[in-house]
Amino acid sequence: MAELIAEAMGVTVRFGGLVAVNDASVPVTEGRIVGLIGPNGAGKTTLFATIAGFQKPNAGRIRFRGKDITALAPHRRAALGIARTFQIVQPFAGLSVRENIAVGAHLRHAGRAEALAAADAVADRVGLSALLNLPAASLTVAGRKRLELARALATEPQLLLLDEVLAGLNPSEVRDVIPVIRAIRDGGVTVLMIEHVMQAVMALADEIHVLSEGRIIARGSPDAVARDPAVVEAYLGHGAAARLQGNAHA
Amino acid sequence: MRPYRLLLIVLAMLAALPLVIESNVALNFLKVSLMLALAGTGWNLLGGYGGQFSFGHAVFFGTGAYTAAVLQVRFGINAWVAFGAGIALGALVGAAIGWLTFRAGLRGSYFALVTLAFAEVARIIASVWPLTGAGAGILIPLKLGVANLQFGSRAEGYWFVLALLGLAMALARAIEGRRFGAQLVAVRENEDAAKALGVDVLRVKLMAIALSGGITASAGGFYAQTFLYLDAGLAYGPWISVEALLTAIVGGIGTVWGPLLGALVLQALSELGKHLGGDAPGLGLVLFGAVLIIVVRFAPEGIVGLIRRARPRRVARG
Repeated sequence: MAELIAEAMGVTVRFGGLVAVNDASVPVTEGRIVGLIGPNGAGKTTLFATIAGFQKPNAGRIRFRGKDITALAPHRRAALGIARTFQIVQPFAGLSVRENIAVGAHLRHAGRAEALAAADAVADRVGLSALLNLPAASLTVAGRKRLELARALATEPQLLLLDEVLAGLNPSEVRDVIPVIRAIRDGGVTVLMIEHVMQAVMALADEIHVLSEGRIIARGSPDAVARDPAVVEAYLGHGAAARLQGNAHA
Repeated sequence: MRPYRLLLIVLAMLAALPLVIESNVALNFLKVSLMLALAGTGWNLLGGYGGQFSFGHAVFFGTGAYTAAVLQVRFGINAWVAFGAGIALGALVGAAIGWLTFRAGLRGSYFALVTLAFAEVARIIASVWPLTGAGAGILIPLKLGVANLQFGSRAEGYWFVLALLGLAMALARAIEGRRFGAQLVAVRENEDAAKALGVDVLRVKLMAIALSGGITASAGGFYAQTFLYLDAGLAYGPWISVEALLTAIVGGIGTVWGPLLGALVLQALSELGKHLGGDAPGLGLVLFGAVLIIVVRFAPEGIVGLIRRARPRRVARG
């Protein structure tokens, strides 16, 4: 049951003198929604890019289904079943919503008709059905985030990497997307998500890993992580945990 | 067959033209226009659909032309075989240039400059190499006959280039409706997003540049068989690089019809310029420059874009 689908092992990424990710290990259990949180600049997106193959680590390994994939190019990882979204949305702006999603669907469907049918089915799952014929450039921020999600889903992944798909959405839009992500997990896809919207990640994630200054400083259930003094300090500053504790007792 | 219906109708109409046109001047005008449309269709596959702007498609045009000429003149090989070899070599040169540039991650203006450099190097080599006739050029002996790919009547040559163009346009149309086409356009729009969706970007670009090189090489082969004389400036000169990209951009970049419409309009303008301004050197290029600026500023989707805007919008095809 608690089998690992993927694992980042001791990953270190340096940009010149800056250590963006420092010996970080993140095991991802199959069938779960795993949250990766941390303050701005903690290295979340860099660690993500390493798992998806867009960033070569200076040290450490990435394993997927027991195989070492550290040297594989991004498109080979996509073929194995790893899909990602981008924090800064990257639509194919000149194409329609349907054509955008079909590019993802073509990974598993060679024929144009099958890919387009698969695209329509995925659009239905993420609530884009009404917008299929619009140019992607005309979508709102919320629409573009859904499109990112739809394209990634269309590749029929086993592991879905979501980079801040809720950021920039208003509270009602966030409420709309949360069940979509849950349904993805319930459909058998493991989800690893970076998220800034705390309420959402606390509600969604089965387990959470906290990254701060490139290191994993805590992991566990959402509740346990939220109470962890190290996490509170990372977010609110040195000494914050003690002050909060004091307030609680007063 | 639906996506090909309009294409078949227009090609059939074009094929009927020599039956009603008496004027040699008009037929020659059309023949050259179709040849440029063919070169432009090659450029369009890589530049229009794939977003990789080449400034050096002369390298393919010249390779197609010289291969046809050299194999016949120096090695006595049949013209049809030589013509086919030219297309194959054009595709091979495309794959080789693609392998060197795309693997190194060259994009945008860097890719454009490198292709320009390849074409210039080819031009210089052809102008000194004895095999290609060096400075004197190479003359294909006149031996009229279909077996020698030399057409006696003007209509036959016209039909030949029309058939080549028809095949190239049908290929572009077929690619549009396939996985390869979807992936090629995805690469143009956003390479990183394409990679994340499992597109092998390098492979897609290599296939595009090989097809592109082969198509433009066929235009070069036709040029050799029509004019029966080549020198380095004609075969590898910048004029054809410019014509190839202009026909596609003016006509409608990334569309099946763009290069044909663009070639007809540009050739008409160029003839008009000659009538009005005589043969002043460089006048044609000034005219083309002005047209390019106007198109990019006011009709970035070219003539095809203007036609689409003028018509009530139909439901998008697939």
